[in-house]
Amino acid sequence: MQCEEVLERLSAFLDDEIDPVESREIQRHLDRCPSCTEALGRMKGVAARLRAEAPYYRASDSLRARVSQAAWSDASGGLTTSRRTGATPRGWLAAAATVVVVVGGTWLFTAVQSQKSFGSMEREVVSSHIRSLMASHLMDVASTDQHTVKPWFNGKLDFSPPVTDLSTSGYPLLGGRLDYLRGRPVAALVYQRRKHLINVFTWPDEAGADSEASPRTQQGYHVIHETHGGMAYWIVSDLNPEELSAFSRLLVTGVAKGQAR
Amino acid sequence: MTHERKSETAGPQRHLSGRELDRFNESVLPYLDAAHNLARYLLRDAHDAEDAVQDAFLRAIRHFDGFRGVDGRAWLLSIVRNICFTRLRGRPSTGENVEFDEAIHTVEEEAPGPEVDLERQAATESVWEGLDRLAVEFREVLVLRELEGLSYKEIAHVSGVPIGTVMSRLARARKQLLLALSPSGPKEKR
Repeated sequence: MQCEEVLERLSAFLDDEIDPVESREIQRHLDRCPSCTEALGRMKGVAARLRAEAPYYRASDSLRARVSQAAWSDASGGLTTSRRTGATPRGWLAAAATVVVVVGGTWLFTAVQSQKSFGSMEREVVSSHIRSLMASHLMDVASTDQHTVKPWFNGKLDFSPPVTDLSTSGYPLLGGRLDYLRGRPVAALVYQRRKHLINVFTWPDEAGADSEASPRTQQGYHVIHETHGGMAYWIVSDLNPEELSAFSRLLVTGVAKGQAR
Repeated sequence: MTHERKSETAGPQRHLSGRELDRFNESVLPYLDAAHNLARYLLRDAHDAEDAVQDAFLRAIRHFDGFRGVDGRAWLLSIVRNICFTRLRGRPSTGENVEFDEAIHTVEEEAPGPEVDLERQAATESVWEGLDRLAVEFREVLVLRELEGLSYKEIAHVSGVPIGTVMSRLARARKQLLLALSPSGPKEKR
């Protein structure tokens, strides 16, 4: 392959969106062509800068409330705006499959029907994940340093959660916070992959045998549950299931290494 | 299958059943942030972006019975993107609503093209400014690829173009962004 052909395909090569035969040819060319290798490096650099520096414009709480209310009121029978915000008419409450409570800008919803099809724990961790993103209460301790985050939990929990930094693998730690699940305080660690946030809920589960599960979907969020070394981990994110699975493997091996040390 | 209506506020209501609402909450609602981010980059106006996303959700709710797939993200983003492009076309001329022409926007270096304009300007400091200078179709493909991590196939679905077009558009977009961000605006050497 000539430089020109290679340069034309570099972008797709970078994304691994090229057929394997061509990809090998490009790799062979790159192995002996410093100028094309440099061009690939520049392209990688600009992609990385874009991911790291471009702002990600999340929806505002008010837009989120409007949108979820639109779906909900649509399901509950096309309420007019005045009725929606006014006193609760008796009839449709029973008919509605979903109950939305709007409290001072924050909202919670419980999809009643989902309760049948999903484990209640999945639902709980997803709700916690959503709340953490909405209520501007993502982190009590914001630090990318595991040696800052871990001691922060001292005295706040009756256990010491394993905290691992996975930034070298592309999942930087952002911080942690206290959360409350199943009637007990738990540690919530926040990681990031590109612009996606990952919540890891963890607490001791001495009875639980080591296990790992493939991602399940709850309200479009992916949830992974693992038990390792007597700790339960619930991992929640809108990140794609493949990368979330990779993250959960890294997390568990990272924890195991930390304990061996 | 319902059909597109002109206005999202007109026409008879179609209501989501409880089961549909569950599916909607699971497969579409989680991509609200992605929808808003895309709209914000395409329209470059905070207020317009919120409006467009709200329109998109109303349309998505209305046409939810037409959603057969499993990929709620691509489905939602394609609605958002179409609404944004319609809005851009309706804006007073700012040079932005010039029809995007793959042939013009992918001219090679020897012909005067967007790259020349980019080089003439001082190199920008921030990625945001760099993106801001690109044609909207280039911003679109970069946001979908780099910020959302969509595959070429998914981008093709969202943007309604063949995968080959996604590939060439993304290559051009990266090259242009690279030029915009280069310190002294050195010309990309081939």
